[in-house]
Amino acid sequence: MNTGIFFTYLAVMAGVTYLLRALPFVLCQKQIENVFLRSFLTYIPYTVLGAMTFPAVFYSTDSLESALAGVFAALCLAFFEKGLLTVAAGACLLAFFVQLAELLL
Amino acid sequence: MKEITQGIRDGIPIALGYLSVSFTFGLMAVEAGLTWWQAVLISAANLTSAGQFAGLDIMAAGGAMFEMALTQLVINMRYALMSLSLSQKVDSSVRMRHRFIIGFAVTDEIFAVAMSRDKKISRFYMYGLMLCPFLGWTSGTALGAVLGNILPEFVRNSLGIAIYGMFIAIIVPKVKKEAQYLKVILIAVFLSCCFAWIPFLKAVSSGFVVIICAVLAAGAGAYFFPIQPEAGRLSAVKEGEL
Repeated sequence: MNTGIFFTYLAVMAGVTYLLRALPFVLCQKQIENVFLRSFLTYIPYTVLGAMTFPAVFYSTDSLESALAGVFAALCLAFFEKGLLTVAAGACLLAFFVQLAELLL
Repeated sequence: MKEITQGIRDGIPIALGYLSVSFTFGLMAVEAGLTWWQAVLISAANLTSAGQFAGLDIMAAGGAMFEMALTQLVINMRYALMSLSLSQKVDSSVRMRHRFIIGFAVTDEIFAVAMSRDKKISRFYMYGLMLCPFLGWTSGTALGAVLGNILPEFVRNSLGIAIYGMFIAIIVPKVKKEAQYLKVILIAVFLSCCFAWIPFLKAVSSGFVVIICAVLAAGAGAYFFPIQPEAGRLSAVKEGEL
């Protein structure tokens, strides 16, 4: 790709992303008192993660079976409150072994 | 100083999770015809997953700049909500100029980890927290761009689930402690499944889907299970471990 075009894409991409993140953070410096709004903002991280994870996670590997195995591993490890890395690694490993088994059988 | 160290420590698992995802990005960027340094530059300037993958598609297809801007706007609009939410969590040490810098690093994971702290957060904690994920994201991209092709495909594909594993690790402990979170998250998941599986809803782009589902579910949660300031503080103390 032409280097000039690449940098234009890059600037547009990074510019939009940065403004979305920085503007609310810079402009809103007061505490929000409204209970509804506060509750809404408290729930937002979890609803975002929920909506991003399901059902996309089921399509994140080669096969549904390996994805289900990975989700199962993640749910179990997370239930026992293992760290982020342990849970992610556990999901990858189990998904990997199921995919390996599918490849060999 | 203790705050910086704590931040760095909390950032390490995020960084390791990012390694695998950005590795995939680096690999795909090179497959799409970019050079390794272009891939790394994209990662360093954007620090986001979904937006970068979508942006890469547009670059590869030679899409319009307007399309690039609109796609990033839609996919990354969730960050505006997160920044707003984070602005309520930081203490007075996070002054104006620091907000311009810290704002750059509001990612799903950095946001989630920062919000799960039991107290107000300082700029020192935030700078510590940002450091390793940024390094992990950029170096993972470089590794993927340079080494990606030597891994067999099914190994690469099993890395795709890593980021979701991290998300699950953030959601589940919260749900265990406070039942209303389960209901609110289930609403979000139900809506998101509708968008994935119901024919005419499938046409909505993934960035919009996340915003619609998250806003509706959090709105329902705020309406049916409002969090009173005192109760919020108590429960925040209980979940101090993360």
